[in-house]
Amino acid sequence: MDNLNTEALVPVATQLLKWEQSLTLECGAALDSIDIAYETYGTLNASKSNAILICHAFSGDAHAAGIDAAGRKGWWDSMIGPGKAFDTNKYFMICSNILGGCRGTTGPSSINPKTGRHYATDFPVITVKDIVAVQKILLDHLGIDKLLSISGGSMGGMQVLQWVADYPERVLSVIPIATSLKHSPQQIAFNEVARQAIISDPTWKNGHYYDNGQPERGLALARMIGHITYMSDKSMEEKFSRHLKKERLGFSFDADFQVEGYLHYKGDRFVQRFDANSYLYITKAMDYFDLADQDLFPPNRRFAVKFLVISFQSDWLYPSYQSRDLVRLLKTRFVDVTYCEVPSTYGHDAFLLEIDQQEILVNGFLDRVFKGAK
Amino acid sequence: MKPKLTQYEQQEHLLIAEMVHEQATVLDLGCGNGELLELLRERKDVNGQGIEIDDEAIYRCVQKGLTVFHSDIESGLGEYPDKTFDYVIMNQCIQEIFEIDLLISESLRVGREVILSFSNFAYIQARLELFFFGKSPATVALPYSWYNTPNIHFLSIKDFREYCTLKKISILREIYLTNWGQTRFWPNLLATNAIFKITRNDKHGHISHISGDGI
Repeated sequence: MDNLNTEALVPVATQLLKWEQSLTLECGAALDSIDIAYETYGTLNASKSNAILICHAFSGDAHAAGIDAAGRKGWWDSMIGPGKAFDTNKYFMICSNILGGCRGTTGPSSINPKTGRHYATDFPVITVKDIVAVQKILLDHLGIDKLLSISGGSMGGMQVLQWVADYPERVLSVIPIATSLKHSPQQIAFNEVARQAIISDPTWKNGHYYDNGQPERGLALARMIGHITYMSDKSMEEKFSRHLKKERLGFSFDADFQVEGYLHYKGDRFVQRFDANSYLYITKAMDYFDLADQDLFPPNRRFAVKFLVISFQSDWLYPSYQSRDLVRLLKTRFVDVTYCEVPSTYGHDAFLLEIDQQEILVNGFLDRVFKGAK
Repeated sequence: MKPKLTQYEQQEHLLIAEMVHEQATVLDLGCGNGELLELLRERKDVNGQGIEIDDEAIYRCVQKGLTVFHSDIESGLGEYPDKTFDYVIMNQCIQEIFEIDLLISESLRVGREVILSFSNFAYIQARLELFFFGKSPATVALPYSWYNTPNIHFLSIKDFREYCTLKKISILREIYLTNWGQTRFWPNLLATNAIFKITRNDKHGHISHISGDGI
């Protein structure tokens, strides 16, 4: 019970693993050393059987839960903590920033040890497979052979599935949320428009912008497009309707409507914390991701990994049919899979907002897996 | 979702549990809050899973530690390979399924045996209500009015046995329930509910002859 109290009071700090060995990536290039930023919550039990890895979505970071020194709440704090869906009184939670990111783990904004300058676009094109390989390095370092579970939403869900494909013997169960076995042309299209917004900003300079400041206009525009896809028609109606920012129309091209103000605000905030090149690299990794057909499960392999698959009704960016395709594939291979489409009007954002329902599902599922594991 | 099971439902669940062998693989179509799957897990240590359309019911099932799939029953079976399960169970749902013929056939494909239960529309009280009062029957086993019933098929025990003959389905076991327990006599007249265990695998099949069959 002690760590319950201290956890609430002491700010969580991101830790750094400096891995000084070479890692060959899927594209054939190699990185000579990798920094991995991570946080942990809860206590690892003596048999090391209560560890759960959380994979963050596209723009997330290692700070998933608790409050950091700057007073910032973790991006999934409503789901991770004492008595929450991922109950830190019972489970040991790990979350790391992904390879290619810009929040502590090596990415295009990191210094290339060979040149002493930022990698920029000399950074190799990474894949979800590479991202997961780096997470495995972290788990080896922490001495965890078998994860009780891995969970994540959106791009985090892709990493979850990649874990099953690459290291099935290292996981007992997985919880992929609002995700897909592969990006549809629509999903690739939105990513490409966002990338073009960055690339066509003249300050991008082929990615070598670190001395002069990053392409803020392009990056903010990319984020604005993203936010439209994360919401639903209904959630936008509920949140903004046609409400004006001021009392009357301005008859100019300034933002008249609250929804415009919201998108501008989100875009401007995003450029403060996110690297434009990371945006390009990570969206590319998402678009390359494809575990459909036989890549998730080679046909000759039997699987003991248990699945809880969750999707959301109004999510049109990662529609429920993509989760059902995954479930269908699992059924043909006799995999133990529970599936729920949670009713929600929040769109893709629902995996960050529909906490009560996810808590019931995750709690019940983890209880069963944990009982079986002990 | 109904919060609590009626005595009827409990009795039916116990009888269905008796029909299932130890450690069987079971698919429960329309599993509701998962009471039957839970009973089967406790009594027979089955490896069970359910399909259910109601999201609140799905939450209850997951809380019970059950494996469940959120879907309508009709579109939930296609992807299962042949003979995935020892048993497919359709407990009181066949009256509500639009394409029930197709669903029974699919269940017989993915399950070695199918256990299904339904209310007997030719039960004497139902006959009397229709004959003497000229009203659509509402009985304990059929507790609805015409305007709110989920049932779209109204079948009797005789109807179902004829259906099995027509479709070359073997009946492995049949149990007829009345208000006072099981009956072997005049089931089509006296039974409120029936439970059938059926298969397409002919070598186990038999055609039973029960007195009062023609009523």
